[in-house]
Amino acid sequence: MSDPIMNVNNLNFYYQGDVHAVKNMSLEIKRNQITALIGPSGCGKTTFLRCFNRMHDLYPGHRYEGEIRYEGSNLLERKDITELRSKIGMVFQKPTPFPMSIFDNIAYGLKLKGIKNRAELADRVEQALKQAALWEEARDRLKQSANSLSGGQQQRLVIARALAAEPDVLLFDEPTSALDPVSTSKIEELMVQLKQDITLLIVTHNMQQAARISDRTAFMYMGELIEIDDTETMFTNPKQKLTEEYITGRFG
Amino acid sequence: MTEIAKRKIINTFALSLACAAAALGLFWLIFILADVLRHGIAFITPELFLNEAAPPGMEGGGLKHAFIGQLLITFFAVLIGIPLGILGGTYLAEYGRHPWLGRFISTLSDIMISVPSIVIGTFVYAIFVKPIGHFSGYAGALALAIIMIPVVLRTTEEMIALVPWEIREAAFALGAPYYKVILQVVYRGAATGIFTGILLAIARIAGETAPLLFTSFNNMFLTTNMNEPMPSLTVTIYQYAMGPYDDWHEMAWAASFVITLFILGLTILGRIIIRWKYKH
Repeated sequence: MSDPIMNVNNLNFYYQGDVHAVKNMSLEIKRNQITALIGPSGCGKTTFLRCFNRMHDLYPGHRYEGEIRYEGSNLLERKDITELRSKIGMVFQKPTPFPMSIFDNIAYGLKLKGIKNRAELADRVEQALKQAALWEEARDRLKQSANSLSGGQQQRLVIARALAAEPDVLLFDEPTSALDPVSTSKIEELMVQLKQDITLLIVTHNMQQAARISDRTAFMYMGELIEIDDTETMFTNPKQKLTEEYITGRFG
Repeated sequence: MTEIAKRKIINTFALSLACAAAALGLFWLIFILADVLRHGIAFITPELFLNEAAPPGMEGGGLKHAFIGQLLITFFAVLIGIPLGILGGTYLAEYGRHPWLGRFISTLSDIMISVPSIVIGTFVYAIFVKPIGHFSGYAGALALAIIMIPVVLRTTEEMIALVPWEIREAAFALGAPYYKVILQVVYRGAATGIFTGILLAIARIAGETAPLLFTSFNNMFLTTNMNEPMPSLTVTIYQYAMGPYDDWHEMAWAASFVITLFILGLTILGRIIIRWKYKH
């Protein structure tokens, strides 16, 4: 068993107007593993995921309670969000290439970190593209607009962009739900490879996906954590009745 | 009569009305354009652009002073109007998204777009020309800038709003502060749209006469001093067309031709850019 990179302790999250979206969740995120979050629509799994990089800070009226312990402190109390976000990256449901060239997309996060040296930028961009398995397809068109890539390539570009900042953790919010099956399996392969270097947290609607790629699976329902266990155990022998009902497709 | 037959008749009737209305509009448009082009093109000569105004009754006068004055006034109007319009639009689309103030400014600038331009001319006369005591190119530029601002502001707001919110979140997720997200990501996504808006705003002010009558006034002599009364094409056309001399009328036609062509060109360029953008 690997050690935890993050400990979530009694986490509560409220949206504007005291909407209680995450209720008293406690769990461990283990290093160099893929943790999948599953549960029916509106159960709070995306809200939970967006606590890790403090995405909620963009919107007024939110409130965090409890802690997410990371690198010895509660990341919910950190002041330097820029630094935090370069350590904990995020990949969204829809590919989000910036309206600029492929190269500039990946260099963007690096420039934010203050890297200006052209040779170093070029080097890091190449490295990130290789890591995201996009180098072969993109090497001859780095100057082209990122919008000229296909949806699946765009998603790998976005992953490369997040990887370029050399994060510890990558959060994925349904990263393949807008993609075709071939692109999906490429992204899944990529995620399994990535866990050698980083820790992955993935929200997915697709239970087969959770079963295929994740090491541990957490099941959420109505803002609460119902159960978390090794993926194999969760899908073959869940302890909670609710988990079993969800996994066998009786609701959700 | 069956229900379907009834609907067909109503449909035909409504369609004919719509077509007739469109034809009526087009008729006048083409009439005006053709008239200006037909009369104007005959009097386009090199002297028109190279010579300044000759004393009344003398041959060989031109409108060089008016062309240069028009360019200067437009340039300064752009210098004032575009940055303010873009900044205002950015505020509305990014920072003022929810508060009532944002919606209020948005509605206000919609109203501003349809304010008669002579009202803006008299406004600038009252707050700028009168206190200073004389007409000036700056006053003209200010009046034109005030006309531009709501146009640029609303286009900027709309174009920025078209950049998907997820793109901003993605930039935030990389640790970018808001101003960098706007400058480096949002503006880049909205650039062609904003540029088109600027072109159309310039086209909009290029043909304005009324706001210049009380502000930059007119001048028969070439000047590059923006603090003096300044000639402009549109006011010159107005004055020459009303004047008693045949060569004035000819030059007014020629100037109308040039300015119409300029606005037409700018508008078509704007449309081409819009179409090009949506193809890519």
